[in-house]
Amino acid sequence: MRAFNYSRADSPAAAAQAALAQGTRFIAGGTNLLDLMKLGIETPQQLIDINHLGLDQTEATPEGGLRIGALVRNTDLAADPRVRKDYALLSRALLAGASGQLRNMATTAGNLLQRTRCPYFYDTNQACNKRTPGSGCAAMGGVTRQLGIIGVSDACIATHPSDMAIALRALDAQIETLNPDGNTRRIAMADFHSLPGSTPHIETALTPGELITGVTLPAPIGGTHIYHKVRDRSSYAFALVSVGLILQKDGSGRVAVGGIAPKPWRVEAAETLLPQGAKAVSARLLDGATPTPDNRFKVTLVERTLASVLAQARDEA
Amino acid sequence: MKFDTPATTNPIDRLKVIGQPTDRIEGPLKTCGQAPYAYEQHEAAQHQAYGFMVGSAIAKGRITRMDLDQARAAPGVLAIVTAANAGKLGKGKYNAAHLLAGPEVQHYHQAVALVVAETFEQARAAAQLVHVEYSVDKGRFDLAAVRDQGVEPKDELPDVRHGDFDTAFAAAAVQFDQTYSTPDQSHAMMEPHATLAAWQGDHLTLWTSNQMIAWSVGDIAATLGLPKDKVRLISPYIGGGFGGKLFIRADAILAALGARLASRPVKVALARPQMANNTTHRPATLQRIRLGATTDGKLTAIAHEGWSGNLAEGKVELAAQPSQLLYAGENRLVSMRLAPLDLPEGNAMRAPGEAPGLMVLEIAMDEMAEKLKLDPIQFRILNDTQVDPVKTERPFSRRRLIECLQTGAEHFGWDKRNATPGTRREGRWLIGMGVAAAIRNNLLVKSGAKVRLERDGKITVETDMTDIGTGSYTIIAQTAAEMMGVELADVTVHLGDSNFPVSSGSGGQFGANCSTAGVYAACMKLREAVTKKLGMTEGEAVFAEGHVQLGSRQVPLRNAAQNGAIEAEDSIEFADLAKQYQQSTFGAHFVEVAVDAFTGEVRVRRMLAVCSAGRILNPKTARSQVIGAMTMGVGAALMEELAVDKRLGFFVNHDLAGYEVPVHADIPHQEVIFLDETDPISSPMKAKGVGELGICGVSAAVANAIYNATGARVREYPITLDKILDSLPPMI
Repeated sequence: MRAFNYSRADSPAAAAQAALAQGTRFIAGGTNLLDLMKLGIETPQQLIDINHLGLDQTEATPEGGLRIGALVRNTDLAADPRVRKDYALLSRALLAGASGQLRNMATTAGNLLQRTRCPYFYDTNQACNKRTPGSGCAAMGGVTRQLGIIGVSDACIATHPSDMAIALRALDAQIETLNPDGNTRRIAMADFHSLPGSTPHIETALTPGELITGVTLPAPIGGTHIYHKVRDRSSYAFALVSVGLILQKDGSGRVAVGGIAPKPWRVEAAETLLPQGAKAVSARLLDGATPTPDNRFKVTLVERTLASVLAQARDEA
Repeated sequence: MKFDTPATTNPIDRLKVIGQPTDRIEGPLKTCGQAPYAYEQHEAAQHQAYGFMVGSAIAKGRITRMDLDQARAAPGVLAIVTAANAGKLGKGKYNAAHLLAGPEVQHYHQAVALVVAETFEQARAAAQLVHVEYSVDKGRFDLAAVRDQGVEPKDELPDVRHGDFDTAFAAAAVQFDQTYSTPDQSHAMMEPHATLAAWQGDHLTLWTSNQMIAWSVGDIAATLGLPKDKVRLISPYIGGGFGGKLFIRADAILAALGARLASRPVKVALARPQMANNTTHRPATLQRIRLGATTDGKLTAIAHEGWSGNLAEGKVELAAQPSQLLYAGENRLVSMRLAPLDLPEGNAMRAPGEAPGLMVLEIAMDEMAEKLKLDPIQFRILNDTQVDPVKTERPFSRRRLIECLQTGAEHFGWDKRNATPGTRREGRWLIGMGVAAAIRNNLLVKSGAKVRLERDGKITVETDMTDIGTGSYTIIAQTAAEMMGVELADVTVHLGDSNFPVSSGSGGQFGANCSTAGVYAACMKLREAVTKKLGMTEGEAVFAEGHVQLGSRQVPLRNAAQNGAIEAEDSIEFADLAKQYQQSTFGAHFVEVAVDAFTGEVRVRRMLAVCSAGRILNPKTARSQVIGAMTMGVGAALMEELAVDKRLGFFVNHDLAGYEVPVHADIPHQEVIFLDETDPISSPMKAKGVGELGICGVSAAVANAIYNATGARVREYPITLDKILDSLPPMI
């Protein structure tokens, strides 16, 4: 960890303005950023602590939805009765992530902004286009069992590790931000994370200094909510594949998949095939997938996990 | 004391203190943070500076240039150790690769520098500013690709050829032939390798985390070119070792070099992501098993051939070894081949040899039983032997494998198992049961101790034995209390200091039996000195309840020391009983798993171990050892694998996020049954070891249970769900 300056912002506007300077990072829970700083992967010169900005409330919106403050901790969000009742997918996804201690610290915005867990990204001896643009990708042709099968590029095959983001994508959440110039905007979850293309170091739609202030959920859509995270051990591991499903009584629904792509993977056109079953949905969802020999099993696993959650949803309905 | 005839009745047999499920005597210190581990020896030396290691970025080649300017100029930096300023370094007897690279690099993350600074954060930051350029050589990183280059390890396991395997196998009515693999595994102990080093003139003291004090004093002296008597090692508390701390590692040597260069005490802990590649690991194996049997299930031919790789001077993994002893059979081939690899050094990890060997052999036995249409327990019982099958004149000192299997079967409800795979289903879960036999040899190592009767009647024990979380403090105190007839609370135990008598150390599950036998020997000597002092030399005095009694005369023990403490030192030395008798421990593992019929996720639902391992010195600490080992066996079965990048030559998943070990949610209720027994051939304690027996066979029992649940016969560990998916029932 290199020496850095630390300051506390006293308002969201001041935080966004301060963050315009190069080498600046916001810090909230720090559960990912501090690890990356220790390893020399992130080397900010300035940390702006945003923990005291009052962005830690969850409130009802006039549209009947919820507005989740950027700093609401994962533990609190998962336990919120409104979330548990109307957005169970979000609660379930959150609780499938990390550990109790980490969820106590991790924030809503920070969770969205966590970086890939690709082991080659984490080892600074190895070439990584995400860490050092243009340096190449040591992962390709290496150990790729955990890595992405769709949405990836010739420059990067890393996945986004968030469970929470899968639920937010299925729930059509919107990300609220504040820019240094004082303007606010809303970014749809679908547009928030970027595909790597030739610029895998650009991971979100955020512009320099832009601060996430909250996440908005539309009014509840009902249905049965299931989140199934498949991993190599029962807890405290990143997903091989995770499936978030919201199934309505009429057989329609939504599906978002984690563990396979650089962003939460949802294909609305695939959802129209839900009445035909997991195979059809999965085939459309993974159309164009480019798995490696190591992670080809994820194609089957997505299909089978989807079949599993569909069966479970029908049982629970 | 020479132990050359089987033990008869002795003071240990009273079992007033020994054999009781006593809590760990150092437990309160650990739970209250009062037990200083190597990196926490804050009071041991003044002005401690911090060292941070820089590991090689390549697997094989040479350092062509090092640019230290930026690191040197970084805040707080005191010194940077590299091969250029380290002076001439030797190599320890127990190390394959050098602990400091330069110019040659032998493996990934081999140390190339140590940055010493005023604070840990400064040292770590500056370490990231050390720029190293390399020329890369082509390396060998794929065991399967080099297996044919393997050579017979004549010093470790020369080929065992008994009878005529080829002819017997060819003639066997039922034949079985399969090849399996086990991956590289990491010890992943909680406490990283760590050392504080301080020089007083030419005398070096290391507070470190080490299982084998005397070995390591020798290797530090050899590496640094010091006489042994100038090196002191202190290692009172160890946060897990599992074989990874049998030897000195880079932390110890770099701390010593850093302290010399900085003229300050220096402490070094390996960072977690450095451990997998910088230190040792359990090497991967390929293993081929061939079994020949009569139609009624008698084994006539057994071949177990294995391959492992290592750096030059590294050792072979003795995976085939258990097939020498576990089952009867007149014709046998047991062999290992050691192939050259440029991965980090492979070395001992909990039950080296037996653990990966039984992972394979005990699947093969399950497969063969099915082929013979025999129950796997019945098949094993049919092929039991009470003598060393290769040297039939040698009986086992105690071998109750059959009782282990039968006791376990009854307790676990084995009769409810359906032998046809995939037939038991509970909702989404496919349920299966598996069994495996366990064998781990009883190794005997000379072990010494010093015991002192203090003036207040209390007892002090000193030995360089280590407690790696196993309970050594407790069983040693229990032994001394039993021998001297005092309360457990009246015994103080000091361990892990090279100033104390040399013990067996902790390894190969020999520590408990050998170190307590050493304490027994020293106590016998102290008893003699006490009775002499008290004038009780005629006949055999009884030491009990703080008194010494001979006939009608009873004297408080402390009276013997009223004019000064009495001290005695002795060692237990094992003669040739181990030649006359094969001494091993035995067990049976039972596992029930549930496999998600959709996703192939495996959940272990129940586990039982039945152990036959001589006298159990402390059922509580012994049980902890066995359930810990069973947990490690589940890890080996289901998830543990150091993933090799075969192009770049390193273990990729080198942190605890990537190298997964079981979490609490993976481990169900575990039961352990110790058969009530003693083994007087083993030692005066009549004990053996359990710490490694507990892992032997567990993974195969899991594998066999998965087969029973699903019909998926996976022969490549770990059994991750991707290897099961294709065998699962079609989706609804």
